Amino acid sequence: MNVSREEIIHMANLADLNLSEEEIQKYTKDMEDILAFANEINKVNTDNLDESITANERYNILRKDEVKEFEDKDALLQNAPSQKNGMFHIPKMI
Amino acid sequence: MELYELTVHELNEKLEKKEITSIDIIENYLKRIEEKEKDVQAFVTIGEKLIEKAKQNPKAIPIGIKDNICTKEMKTTCSSKMLENFVSPYNATVIEKIENSLILGKLNMDEFAMGASTEYSAFHKTYNPWNINKVPGGSSGGSAAAVAANMVPWALGSDTGGSIRQPASFCGVVGLKPTYGLVSRYGLVAFASSLDQIGPITKDVTDCALLLNYIAGYDPKDSTSVKTDKKDYTKALSNNIKGLKIGLPKEYYGEGINPEVKEAILRVAKQYEQMGAIIEECSISANNNALATYYIIACAEASSNLGRFDGIRYGYQAKKYNSIKELYRKTKKEGFGPEAKRRIILGTYVLSSGYYDAYYKKAQKVRTLVKQEFKKLFTKYDVLLTPTSPTVAFDIGTRSKNPLEMYLADICTVSVNIAGLPAISIPCNLDKTGMPIGFQLIGNHFTEELLLKTAYAYEQEEKFREKHKPEFKK
Repeated sequence: MNVSREEIIHMANLADLNLSEEEIQKYTKDMEDILAFANEINKVNTDNLDESITANERYNILRKDEVKEFEDKDALLQNAPSQKNGMFHIPKMI
Repeated sequence: MELYELTVHELNEKLEKKEITSIDIIENYLKRIEEKEKDVQAFVTIGEKLIEKAKQNPKAIPIGIKDNICTKEMKTTCSSKMLENFVSPYNATVIEKIENSLILGKLNMDEFAMGASTEYSAFHKTYNPWNINKVPGGSSGGSAAAVAANMVPWALGSDTGGSIRQPASFCGVVGLKPTYGLVSRYGLVAFASSLDQIGPITKDVTDCALLLNYIAGYDPKDSTSVKTDKKDYTKALSNNIKGLKIGLPKEYYGEGINPEVKEAILRVAKQYEQMGAIIEECSISANNNALATYYIIACAEASSNLGRFDGIRYGYQAKKYNSIKELYRKTKKEGFGPEAKRRIILGTYVLSSGYYDAYYKKAQKVRTLVKQEFKKLFTKYDVLLTPTSPTVAFDIGTRSKNPLEMYLADICTVSVNIAGLPAISIPCNLDKTGMPIGFQLIGNHFTEELLLKTAYAYEQEEKFREKHKPEFKK
């Protein structure tokens, strides 16, 4: 299974993940090994089979879209690396 | 005999008779942790003011919690730098349900539950109480090692591809992965949502049934949880398994299974036969492709689930950045360890356009096949008997450099998650080096009672716990 370093860089970009040069090389090699192994599923005959979405047969479980207040707002904010005036503080976007 | 050597049902009896109080139990466990934690290193966080808490609740039983289950009173780190200081604003549903418990501490794991040896914890390794040169298994390695070392009376773990059963097998304790939907995952940090399940790791089968009594049940906060009748699983425990049909799927006994493990499991089958069960060889050919299917699906879901760690609302945040994009990218680079990154890349790859059909879509079709083959087997058999792991616990450092070799440790456990079935691992013997061998019983959906009963019948016959104890060999 051939995997190029460009593909690994592309995947990391899609996942918003920076990689070091060393990591790019390591993961290129790892993906070659893992995908060669994963390819074996393409030998399985799956004609006329649907895809499973999950472990049981329960799809589209709906509930009413109701707003529920979370009492402890401080607890929600206490984990934020940066907060200001009771809000998450993020760098300028535009 | 020290209190820490007792099971929870034995402790409960003593509490009922007022022979002891929770304070005695906690003091005894804290003493044990003081003695053994330096060798085993099962904990990420040890609880504070436990004796004061025990004074307020004199019948409370201590428990250890895998560090990916959210607790308000202690950090929930997932053994990752990403969540090193994270304190959850709410408790997981299972934590609310184990009322009358005292959380002794949060237990080590592979980062984000990705691994089979607990060597991928970002903080420290955990060592196997039977031989501290060996891994405890993973990813719930801290939970299994702490129970085996008597540092907690019982624990909660999580199982996505074997993460409760395999460490339970490596550490000579009991581990149950319940049916998908039986136990709420609300507050479990998500790894692969169509596979994840919380379950008990205990000293014996009775405790396993007891802990399942607490945690099972419908929860509106987890849309995948199923409405089931409240059961007392301890009522199912009996020695009578006469006429029980047990299938031995041959794919679990083939290449790659250590001969000594295979021999031990076949001996278990013999014992069941002598107890009146009907043993028959059977086949589940889709199992040969289950591991590849599992890694494609699990990593695809993980790459999506881990997307939330962006350094804004909680968790690690990179220090230097010039834009929001750079903040995301650096946060993930610095916050995730090597295995988490590997799975993000693999998951992104199999979901990306051009590869989606060949990997992800194909894997979802093989998943259907695995489910169908199990369904067919359960029209003929009540339970299936297999090894839990192809080998006993391996030496520390021998597999952590080769990801594929580490993935092979899950070969006997992943199909159960793919099909959403319940399965239990029970210790049966030691190999000639003195390491525990575990066997796995797989049942049809929501047949936990039958699984527990079958496990219990063997346990009463073999009495592994009375014969063997971890020696902390160095």
